[in-house]
Amino acid sequence: MKFEKDLSVKNLKRKPARTAALVILSAFLSFSIFGGSLVVMSLQNGLKSYEARLGADIIVVPNQARSHGTVDSILLQGIPGYFYMDESYFEKISVREGVEIASPQFFLASASAGCCSVAVQIIGFDPETDFSIQPWIRESYGGAVGDGDLIVGSSIEIPANRKLVFYNNSYNVVAQLDETGTGLDTAVYANMSTIREMLESSTKQGFRYYDGDPARAISSVMIKVGDGYGIEDVANDINVHVRKVEATQAKSMISSIAGGLTNVSRVIGVLVVVIWILALAILMVAFVMISNERTKEFAVLRVVGASEKMLKRLLRTESIIISGVGALCGAAAAALVVFPFGGLVKRSLDLPYLLPDAGVTAALLFGSVALSVLAGSLTSAASARRLVKNDTGLILREDA
Amino acid sequence: MELRAEGVSRRYFRQSKLSNVFFAVKETNFALPAGKLTEITGRSGSGKSTLLHMLAGLLAPTTGRVLLGDTDLYALDDAERSKLRNEHIGVIPQGQTALRSLTVLENVKLPCLMYGDEVSDEIPMSLLERVGIAALRDAYPNELSGGELRRLAIARALLRRPRVLLADEPTSNLDDENTHAVLRLLRQCADEGAAVLLVTHEREAAEYADRVLYMSDGVLSAE
Repeated sequence: MKFEKDLSVKNLKRKPARTAALVILSAFLSFSIFGGSLVVMSLQNGLKSYEARLGADIIVVPNQARSHGTVDSILLQGIPGYFYMDESYFEKISVREGVEIASPQFFLASASAGCCSVAVQIIGFDPETDFSIQPWIRESYGGAVGDGDLIVGSSIEIPANRKLVFYNNSYNVVAQLDETGTGLDTAVYANMSTIREMLESSTKQGFRYYDGDPARAISSVMIKVGDGYGIEDVANDINVHVRKVEATQAKSMISSIAGGLTNVSRVIGVLVVVIWILALAILMVAFVMISNERTKEFAVLRVVGASEKMLKRLLRTESIIISGVGALCGAAAAALVVFPFGGLVKRSLDLPYLLPDAGVTAALLFGSVALSVLAGSLTSAASARRLVKNDTGLILREDA
Repeated sequence: MELRAEGVSRRYFRQSKLSNVFFAVKETNFALPAGKLTEITGRSGSGKSTLLHMLAGLLAPTTGRVLLGDTDLYALDDAERSKLRNEHIGVIPQGQTALRSLTVLENVKLPCLMYGDEVSDEIPMSLLERVGIAALRDAYPNELSGGELRRLAIARALLRRPRVLLADEPTSNLDDENTHAVLRLLRQCADEGAAVLLVTHEREAAEYADRVLYMSDGVLSAE
């Protein structure tokens, strides 16, 4: 085996241009499969994470919500927005039949002016009734979120003194949440009294977000539907019986994202298949051309005493080295594109995007490299079989 | 050790108005005794090289068998036959037969390297000196002339001190001086006990041979 390896390495080194061309072709295989799978998996992860973080069956917002942002743009893309309705709507909604749990939320956009450390979305929740944000917070922070406390998303930079200023009031950052790959990563979370205090301060500083009583303002109501009730029925019931609000099924928000994800995955899948077909076809032609060029070399090895098995091992070793080096280069190139430019991919696709964890990424890397090496080796196998079966005597006579 | 061909023939198929079948070598009995240099001469296409390849274990005969001592070459599987060729049969093929990715010295060592056998530089270098290309030990084949490449193939075939040496036109592309040097080398191998077969067109080869055979249309006969 050492002989086959040594001779393969020498053969490859003596033909650097040919070797480089084959390595680059092989690299396309792993680049496309590793890069493509990583992007698709990140999108799937993002969707799952978004679904999990949304937590509710129905989201109710005031009718005029779209004028200052939507729930989708706030939660998914992290675009700061705000819209309000009176707390009385919460009371009307929570008593509708089929509503098992209802919890108000409050959206406030911080300003990019000097009064605020960062311009972000601030989301307030009611610790008494909340069922969508607190379970997630508990994954990172075991304590209660008291008045003046903030929990920040994974993309927010925490100052050394762990304090953030909003509308000239300073608040303590008590925890940072895990990444979700959605707009929630750029949001800040506080309880209702803290966020209402911020709203009051903003009004004093001339920001007019809400004309009503800040103490009674809410932005949305998250609803968990009771067993035995249809989510659609409950949403319809709210839309019919509670005026000036819009109840949306969380499933429909998810399904529009899932539709986008399916389209993107399909495009990536087609691209990967096209790249594989082209690269494998070119590799196959290249190996056939190379094997024609090498018939004499193999005849000489037979004359000196090489068995057919030895020649096959020699060719297999060469193709494994080529496809192995190519696969590693391709995977490294894909990693260099996908990891640093993940944010750009997320923004351009406008979909939740969360990279898989290290274990899954490593498994994906290993699988992509192994598959590329296998494909590269199989491509050379057909020409190898023909090369080994050639009539040695005839070849030596033809070239004499 | 004697190499014997018993009733060997080799048939090929080709498109022809007369017949689709032709015999490159017709049924032949032939022995290559140890310690003797046998020359086969004849016109191009007469079947000399085909016979040599069958004797080398590179081309299975259509009929008959080839025996090295008591071992039937074609009763062995490919791996066993290849190993036996590597150890006991030195073949000098026609044309340029060096591996381009190896240096001259590595090409000569190839038969030993192939099976992981230790080989110092001493024996290959002495062979390169005998064929007059020791100074080119680190050169690559593309830097060598046709004659130098022929001499490299001869040195490689002699590395294992084979019991049988089969040389197919070993002196083509060589000048008179080198032709005689190579023929002397083959004679020396026979004198040291090897069974040597020399397939050639060179007239002066006859003076080094113990016997000369003539091949015509696949039939071997004494000249």
